[in-house]
Amino acid sequence: MIPAGFEYHRPADLASAVGILRAHGDEARVVAGGHSLIPMMKLRMAELGHLIDLQAIGELKGIEIDEGRVTLGAMTTQHELIAHEGLARAIPLLREAALQIADPQVRYMGTVGGNVANGDPGNDMPGLMQCLDARFELYGAEGTRQVAAREFYEAAYFTARADDEILTRILLPIPPAGTGYAYAKQKRKIGDYATAAAAVLIGEGLSSVAMTNLSDTPVWSEEAGTALAGGDIEGCVEAMLAAIDPQEDMRGPIAFKRHVAAVILRRAIDSALSRRA
Amino acid sequence: MKDEVQSPEERSAGLKGMGCSRKRVEDVRFTQGKGNYVDDIKLDGMLTGDFVRSPYAHARIKSIDTEAALAVPGVLAVLTAKDLEPLGLHWMPTLAGDKQMVLADGKVLFQGQEVAYVVATDRYAAADGVAAVEVDYEDLPVVTDPFKAMDPDAPVLREDLAGQTEGAHGPRRHHNHIFTWEQGDRAATEAVLAEADVVAEEMVYYHRTHPMPLETCGCVASMDKVTGKLTLWGTFQAPHAVRTVASLISGIAEHNIRVISPDIGGGFGNKVGVYPGYVCSIVASIVTGKPVKWVESRMDNLMSTAFARDYWMQGKIAATKEGKITGLWCHTTADHGGFDACADPTKFPAGFMNICTGSYDIPVAYLAVDGVYTNKAPGGVAYRCSFRVTEAAYFIERMIEVLAIKLNMDAAELRRINFIRKDQFPYQSALGWEYDSGDYHTAWEKALNAVGYDALRREQAARLEAFKRGETRKLIGIGLTHFTEIVGAGPVKNCDILGLGMFDSCEIRIHPTGSAIARLGTISQGQGHATTFAQIIASEIGIPADDITLEEGDTDTAPYGLGTYGSRSTPVAGAATAMAARKIRAKAQMIAAYLLEVHDDDVEFDVDRFVVKGAPERFKTMKEIAFASYNQAIPGVEPGLEAVSYYDPPNMTYPFGAYICVMEIDVDTGEHEVRSFYALDDCGTRINPMIIEGQVHGGATEGYAIAMGQEIAYDDMGNHKTATLMDFFVPTAWETPHYTTDFTVTPSPHHPIGAKGVGESPNVGSVPCFSNAVHDAFRPFGLVQSHMPHDHWRIWKIAEDLGLHG
Amino acid sequence: MSKMHIKFTLNGQEVEGLAEPRMLLIHFLRETLKVTGPHIGCETSHCGACTVDVDGKSVKSCTLFACQADGAEITTVEGLVNSDGTLGVLQEMFREHHGLQCGFCTPGMITRAHRLLQENPTPTEEEVRFGISGNLCRCTGYQNIVKAILAAAGQLNSHKEAAE
Repeated sequence: MIPAGFEYHRPADLASAVGILRAHGDEARVVAGGHSLIPMMKLRMAELGHLIDLQAIGELKGIEIDEGRVTLGAMTTQHELIAHEGLARAIPLLREAALQIADPQVRYMGTVGGNVANGDPGNDMPGLMQCLDARFELYGAEGTRQVAAREFYEAAYFTARADDEILTRILLPIPPAGTGYAYAKQKRKIGDYATAAAAVLIGEGLSSVAMTNLSDTPVWSEEAGTALAGGDIEGCVEAMLAAIDPQEDMRGPIAFKRHVAAVILRRAIDSALSRRA
Repeated sequence: MKDEVQSPEERSAGLKGMGCSRKRVEDVRFTQGKGNYVDDIKLDGMLTGDFVRSPYAHARIKSIDTEAALAVPGVLAVLTAKDLEPLGLHWMPTLAGDKQMVLADGKVLFQGQEVAYVVATDRYAAADGVAAVEVDYEDLPVVTDPFKAMDPDAPVLREDLAGQTEGAHGPRRHHNHIFTWEQGDRAATEAVLAEADVVAEEMVYYHRTHPMPLETCGCVASMDKVTGKLTLWGTFQAPHAVRTVASLISGIAEHNIRVISPDIGGGFGNKVGVYPGYVCSIVASIVTGKPVKWVESRMDNLMSTAFARDYWMQGKIAATKEGKITGLWCHTTADHGGFDACADPTKFPAGFMNICTGSYDIPVAYLAVDGVYTNKAPGGVAYRCSFRVTEAAYFIERMIEVLAIKLNMDAAELRRINFIRKDQFPYQSALGWEYDSGDYHTAWEKALNAVGYDALRREQAARLEAFKRGETRKLIGIGLTHFTEIVGAGPVKNCDILGLGMFDSCEIRIHPTGSAIARLGTISQGQGHATTFAQIIASEIGIPADDITLEEGDTDTAPYGLGTYGSRSTPVAGAATAMAARKIRAKAQMIAAYLLEVHDDDVEFDVDRFVVKGAPERFKTMKEIAFASYNQAIPGVEPGLEAVSYYDPPNMTYPFGAYICVMEIDVDTGEHEVRSFYALDDCGTRINPMIIEGQVHGGATEGYAIAMGQEIAYDDMGNHKTATLMDFFVPTAWETPHYTTDFTVTPSPHHPIGAKGVGESPNVGSVPCFSNAVHDAFRPFGLVQSHMPHDHWRIWKIAEDLGLHG
Repeated sequence: MSKMHIKFTLNGQEVEGLAEPRMLLIHFLRETLKVTGPHIGCETSHCGACTVDVDGKSVKSCTLFACQADGAEITTVEGLVNSDGTLGVLQEMFREHHGLQCGFCTPGMITRAHRLLQENPTPTEEEVRFGISGNLCRCTGYQNIVKAILAAAGQLNSHKEAAE
């Protein structure tokens, strides 16, 4: 459990970080909280020549709440996200989900940006961001661009982010007041990835459903959302079951996961409906 | 003097002796990070060793290329079997009479097996060296199923045993067969089964798991070439046995080996055996002349060191229509992995599995165990249990439930009518044990009353009706267990390990000013020996526990003993402690009589002094006696005040307990909630109630993990699927249930202070209790047996198979 | 790989040393600085035995490179004793309530509990259980650890009240 050697960089601004990234190509990786990357490095499943630590870059920090929109700096930790009262009022779904991620120590270090950018199907934030219709801001040599969370994930660990881009901010529309919300997750224990997890929003002109760790990418289903908007809960569940593609692992066989996916989704919907004003 | 006005009760309380919840003396160090665990040891010039491990479960090694590794900066040596062979150390004996490769000799038999040992200046360089060793493997057919391993055409795993039809425990009847062990009366048992009113039959599987102490295994070997002395620090639950084994296999004279167990971060059976890392570190230290440290990673630990359980237990239990058990039959297929490295007393290749008649008066029984090789890691250690007692308890407590179903009886009542009665002790069991003492009915009634058993059953029935009406998706399961353990191995006449009798020892020295040091042959791994053994001495000789230093684990200073596992410390070393203390007390009596100028018989012991009978104002305190022993010339009495006892117990001890669990189970997701867990333990005389309760909490939590999710799993290729704590279930505070503890006290009649040991009871008792709760929830729908662990998907599968998902 | 010069505040003292960039903080603390309170239990950031306090956060030091902690303020269990060398309140309560057995998880557990009580001085039992869910213990079944932390919270609060 000892990583191979590398050079360490701690740039103070984004332009320098991207410069280092471009200079070293495949050899370089950025690290945010490190709780996905460092374990992989220790297993020598990720070997790299240059590690670019983003901790000193002020532009990546901060939580801003404006009229109708929340902007999360990519280096916002899960802990900061949970602790932020204004954010909990604006988008309570975020806190509910973040509390179900990993454990306290990991939440102090783990960042929202790292969680969404890594492309790990086990991570909770990607599905959540799809449910919330977030947009990710990417910064690279060519400047800044935005990609919708719903279009960001291509396959496990493959995303729309180019190798020399850094995910800098997450932009979230604030759901209308009174929107029902819920994040439900079944897991074996604290610290585990989801056996199945569902993010649900249901409100005025807004109905959105996404699920986690049931495919090689998060699964957001427009059909499921449409059915839910029409009050057709079973139609929503059916649409979601058609969209997921779970694999067998130590959490259980496929049939079990499909069953649990439906149960967890219904739980999330019930909970969201009960909170709808 | 203040002393003069204290009542005997006050004086007694001041000693902090047996029966009080004395705070632990160890904790002052541990709470401020000043423990001294093996990985904390840092010696000048110390090197680090690390293993190249096999990615294959069964493969031939065609070549090992170490050239690139030797070129890595900081790498000093790479050992392979070829290097160890001239020393005769490429294989080593196991505690079970088998032998085991230290480094892969021509082939590997399980994934994670040690192939080469890299020695480097530090752990970073060692890891780089490991990554640079190139091994060319040719994979071989893999067998991970012990039943398939016994197929006529199964792959031959142990080519080194080709043609050997006689093993350490009798005939081998197949190339992957290790032993058959039979106990009891087969013919009589089969006759009872043939004629019984009712016979229930079931396969009960206790899956493979792992002790997983939070500290992994490790050692530091330091060969001093000037003095010729080898010092070996390590995570050893049996330091003296390690010294003897190290001497036998290395050829270094035993007096030139000093083994030290420093603080140990939990053992649970994982640290009883001798591992390749120890042998390689010793060799590396001899070769380099420098101290060498080896500490395994968590993945190494879960993949290669000492798994537990993996017993397939086929059972038949016979009874009358009224539920009186008439006979028990069990055939066990024991999966030992690639080498038989169980840590059992020599004459017991399946440990004390023959305690499987449990708490019940079963007139006739038969047990056979077949040990089998597979392509899995070796081990089969007693994970917080006394040599397969956990397997035995799980087996009988499941069979009782299975029989209750067959008889359509309440399982609490079935237990009640079959318990060994109090007046039957000492009780001769059908499988050869003499149970020392017990009062099972009293414990059982106390437990049932404490949880409100009848009301719970009514609530459960009401919930079932609600479930059937579609009002809830949660069922209630009530788990019952009454277990009897056999611990304190053990009498030298039938218990030894590698020929070393399983006595234990204590040496006590009283200093002139009346304080003391005691040394034992055991070693604490969290049990709090430094606290509790001092309490025994305090009560026996009247010196305050706070004035007694307790030392263990250094073979140069401690008397010989077989170590700490199998709940043997209190039954054996605790007895030795009391006996050594009594020798001191006897000598103190002579000194007191001399000082008081009366006959020896005219003084009597009173808490912390000897008083003249009938004249309580005339006395000598132990403090005074201690000083006198150093400065008075007493005719016929040697100076000084010390004693040593090597205690060979006349029998095992038989702690027991009654556990009841109430669990809510979600039939759709397989999630569960332990609503309550009641644990009544009877461990005989209670030395420190606080520590007993702590042991019960910890053991029950380990049991909860085992029953509800923890497993060592392999795929068909022999790939280890649970090598990190992501998939190997260890509950956090969040998942862990709350416990209610309770007790009865039935002292052991043969133990000097009546104590029986408790550390392992909660693991032995809680696993069947949790498992029975799961089974009980589904009993109304026809479930008879479903194998552990009862993780979410397996519970879901039970419900699915029973048609509960519509 | 050339070594880096690393400097941070450890338990109130400035410390420094040389380390390869890949050296994990836990190894830097234990082997370079010889601060052996924090332990290594799993190496995959599950067990929490290596927990230290970095800039007011409970951090698993097996999953942070020492160079990342350059300039930080770090507290380990050694730093939680009182200035006169006696046990701090949490340490004393762990002893009082038998919140430890083998002692291997204890430094990480106490260091985590310290931060938990800084953030939530009056936790419920449920909050304590959730708050220490990043730390595994194999001996105690957590019952007495939770008791010890709640007792420490009580003591700290009564000290605070007395001071006010």
